[in-house]
Amino acid sequence: MDPIINLIIFICLGVAGLALSVLAVSAKSLLRSATYLLLVLICTAGFYLFLNYHFLAAVQISVYAGGVVILFIFAIFLTSNKGDVLQKHQTQKYILGALAALGGIAVTAFAFWKHQFVYGVDNHTIDGDQEINMKVIGEALMGTEKYQYLLPFEVLSLLLLACIIGGILIARKR
Amino acid sequence: MIQMEYYLIISTLMFFIGIYGFITRKNMIAILISLELVLNAVEINFAVFNRYLFPGQLEGMFFTLFGIAITAAETAVALAIIINAYRTIGNIDIKNLSKMKE
Amino acid sequence: MAYSLLIIVTPFILFLVLGLLGMKMKPVIAGIIGTLGMAFCAILAYTVAYQYFFGIGKTNGEWLTQIPLNFEWLRFTENLHIDLGILLDPISVMMLVVITTVSLMVHIYSLGYMKGETGFQRYFAFLSLFSFSMLGLVIATNIFQMYIFWELVGVSSYSLIGFYYTKPSAVAASKKAFIVTRFADLGFLIGILILSYYTKTFDFGLLTADHAGLVTTSMAGGTFMGLSIATWAMALIFMGGAGKSAMFPLHIWLPDAMEGPTPVSALIHAATMVVAGVYLVARLFPVYSFAAPDVLEMIAFIGAFTALFAAVIAITQTDIKRVLAFSTISQIAYMLAALGVSGYGDHEGLGYMASMFHLFTHAFFKALLFLGAGSVIHAVHSNEMDHMGNLHKYMKITSWTFFIACLAIAGIWPFSGFFSKDEILAAAFHHNPIVFWTLWIVAGLTAFYMFRLYFRIFWNGKREYNEHHKPHESPWAMALPLIILAVFSVFSGLIPFADFISSDNIPFHTHIDWTVAGMSIAVAVIGIGIAFALYFKDSKQPAKIAQSLGIFYKAALHKFYLDEIWMWVTKTVIFRYICEPIKWFDRHIIDGSMDGLAWTTQKVSTSIKGLQSGQVQFYAWVFVAGSILIAVLVLFI
Repeated sequence: MDPIINLIIFICLGVAGLALSVLAVSAKSLLRSATYLLLVLICTAGFYLFLNYHFLAAVQISVYAGGVVILFIFAIFLTSNKGDVLQKHQTQKYILGALAALGGIAVTAFAFWKHQFVYGVDNHTIDGDQEINMKVIGEALMGTEKYQYLLPFEVLSLLLLACIIGGILIARKR
Repeated sequence: MIQMEYYLIISTLMFFIGIYGFITRKNMIAILISLELVLNAVEINFAVFNRYLFPGQLEGMFFTLFGIAITAAETAVALAIIINAYRTIGNIDIKNLSKMKE
Repeated sequence: MAYSLLIIVTPFILFLVLGLLGMKMKPVIAGIIGTLGMAFCAILAYTVAYQYFFGIGKTNGEWLTQIPLNFEWLRFTENLHIDLGILLDPISVMMLVVITTVSLMVHIYSLGYMKGETGFQRYFAFLSLFSFSMLGLVIATNIFQMYIFWELVGVSSYSLIGFYYTKPSAVAASKKAFIVTRFADLGFLIGILILSYYTKTFDFGLLTADHAGLVTTSMAGGTFMGLSIATWAMALIFMGGAGKSAMFPLHIWLPDAMEGPTPVSALIHAATMVVAGVYLVARLFPVYSFAAPDVLEMIAFIGAFTALFAAVIAITQTDIKRVLAFSTISQIAYMLAALGVSGYGDHEGLGYMASMFHLFTHAFFKALLFLGAGSVIHAVHSNEMDHMGNLHKYMKITSWTFFIACLAIAGIWPFSGFFSKDEILAAAFHHNPIVFWTLWIVAGLTAFYMFRLYFRIFWNGKREYNEHHKPHESPWAMALPLIILAVFSVFSGLIPFADFISSDNIPFHTHIDWTVAGMSIAVAVIGIGIAFALYFKDSKQPAKIAQSLGIFYKAALHKFYLDEIWMWVTKTVIFRYICEPIKWFDRHIIDGSMDGLAWTTQKVSTSIKGLQSGQVQFYAWVFVAGSILIAVLVLFI
């Protein structure tokens, strides 16, 4: 694809992602908030595609968009009373939050400006044909060699199991 | 011609938008949504650094992968807690949950 | 002779039994148990004495020290360790006999005297405790064991003086006795520490062996403030003895201690505890004699002065127990003066022998005097001479026994006091004329005030007592000890004491020095004569004489204001000028800094308490802010 078109699409995606993020944290209705989050996550999946991590994009959409957001929506339904509007904090809190955020941004920006990244490849851009083979990913996940991840994978599965049990235990009716 | 910095700018902004939301939102689910944004931003960073700085390797990608899974788990537990809290105190306002036990 | 352990174990068991179970018993039963236990002790003590003096004690014409029992209690270093054991030598065996006898008499007497008092069982428990500690003191094998029992004696005397603890004056007196003797014991302890620091031992045997060679060699050459270290150590040890034996100026507790029950006064403040100081000096006599002769001389002068001083005060007192108290001080001072003028070995050691002799005889006649006084008090319910008189008609036994005791203390031949006093005067006569003449005057004064006491109680006019409150002779429980002690008072002087007790443990022969004896009898007779003239009949003469003496009489009546001086020293000097600033320092600087710490902590925690609000978002904010801060620091520094 033409790099310029790529860039245009990327910029659109980025702006959309940021705008949706802002909406997600400021929406009055929880349900809307969750929806905006879903869209942000989809945008993120788009970034992964741009980075040629197709598998990651698929996981992002299936787990996040398909699982987590659905959970959110169910939770919202379960916990909201009829006609609820999100209540606001006092202004002071907003100022504090903004201050923290802006301060963080400023520091990061400064670090950015000062720092020179060392790139792994000569060109600063990523071209299309660097798709990672599914087989490679699968072997990396299932191997026990260096740069292979069977142990974290299994630990993660245990963690998920613990979360399932914990979630049931906490949320079940008494 | 997409530079790495573009991604980083986006992720940084998303990260701090999430933090802003975490601090300012009142509803616990809204706070959790903000948290998702934060985590999402971090995951983007992993992927980007992996792709641009160490293209031959897969660590960043796997980190993202595991991060996603952990996020999902955390969300599930957090939502369970929130639902439970809602059952106990009737709403999910963070202000009312300043104690471990009422 | 290991059974001699029973002598001290028995009273201790009695103390435990009576102290813990006494309240469950009938008072009479508790009293009888205590008395029987003490009788058992006395029999044991007599057996020990018999076995020692007529059996195993003497080898090659010398009294040897027997240690039937000794075990190590605390070990500090290779050489320095505290042992507990039993030491039998002539003076300790003699003391065992004296203590158990007097204690037994007091026990029997108390059965009658204390009858119906509340705390009867407690009283007997404390008597047992006291006997235990006193017996432990005399059989101590080392100076530290002695110190332990020394303090126990102090404690038990404290509880006995304060027996009537509802009476404020008794409580004050017990506190006074305890604090004054404790203060003196501080000197004792420091002395022990100095002594043991140099000699590396506590053991009496090692300390006194070889003419106290260990002490003289280990402390050779050391001086402190112009005096040798041995002098310091022995003077400090004597300070403890002076406190217990009520030597000037530490005698102030003894007259007040008369607040205790009268039998207690007889036991503690006449016969046993107050001679502890004398015993201490006698026990360490070779050390004093060879290592610190200047201290010994000081003891002689303190003794002589105290004897005179107390005798003068005794003349003016009207409380009969106080007269006896000052008389005790005076007599104890006599013993110490005798020790002070004594040399070592053979006839040189006459003073030592005389002192022990006087201790022995004095214990009996002074206990008798106190018990007699108790009997009188029991009859008239008052301590004041003014409420007495003409009691001879009502109390024949008490009167006669009292008379015997007065003759004994006055030193009239052939009563016991004559022999011991004569030896003391003879010893002083040959060694120290100043001490001799002082003691000679004291002998006259003693005769005078004792007979003043006797006449004023038992004769002195035809005082009538109202009908339903007639004085009567005391019950047999009280009269019997009086008679027994009277027998002792008459005959104990006939014992050839020098055959048993001498400074170097080698018997020697004494003869009565009739020049000295004649002088002492003469002065005693003069004293008695004056007392007879003034007090046998009720007359106005004594008051007139007192009037003419004016300020001197008044000073003596107020015990030369020593109590007031001590009060001033403690209250004004120590409390105000030393303790107050220290207290201020403690309150404001030390407490202040601690309070300040606490205050600061409290303030800081109050002010930062709000941070811990439980609001997660606030925590998150702080966390983010902190992270940013750290990031900034990392970036810019």
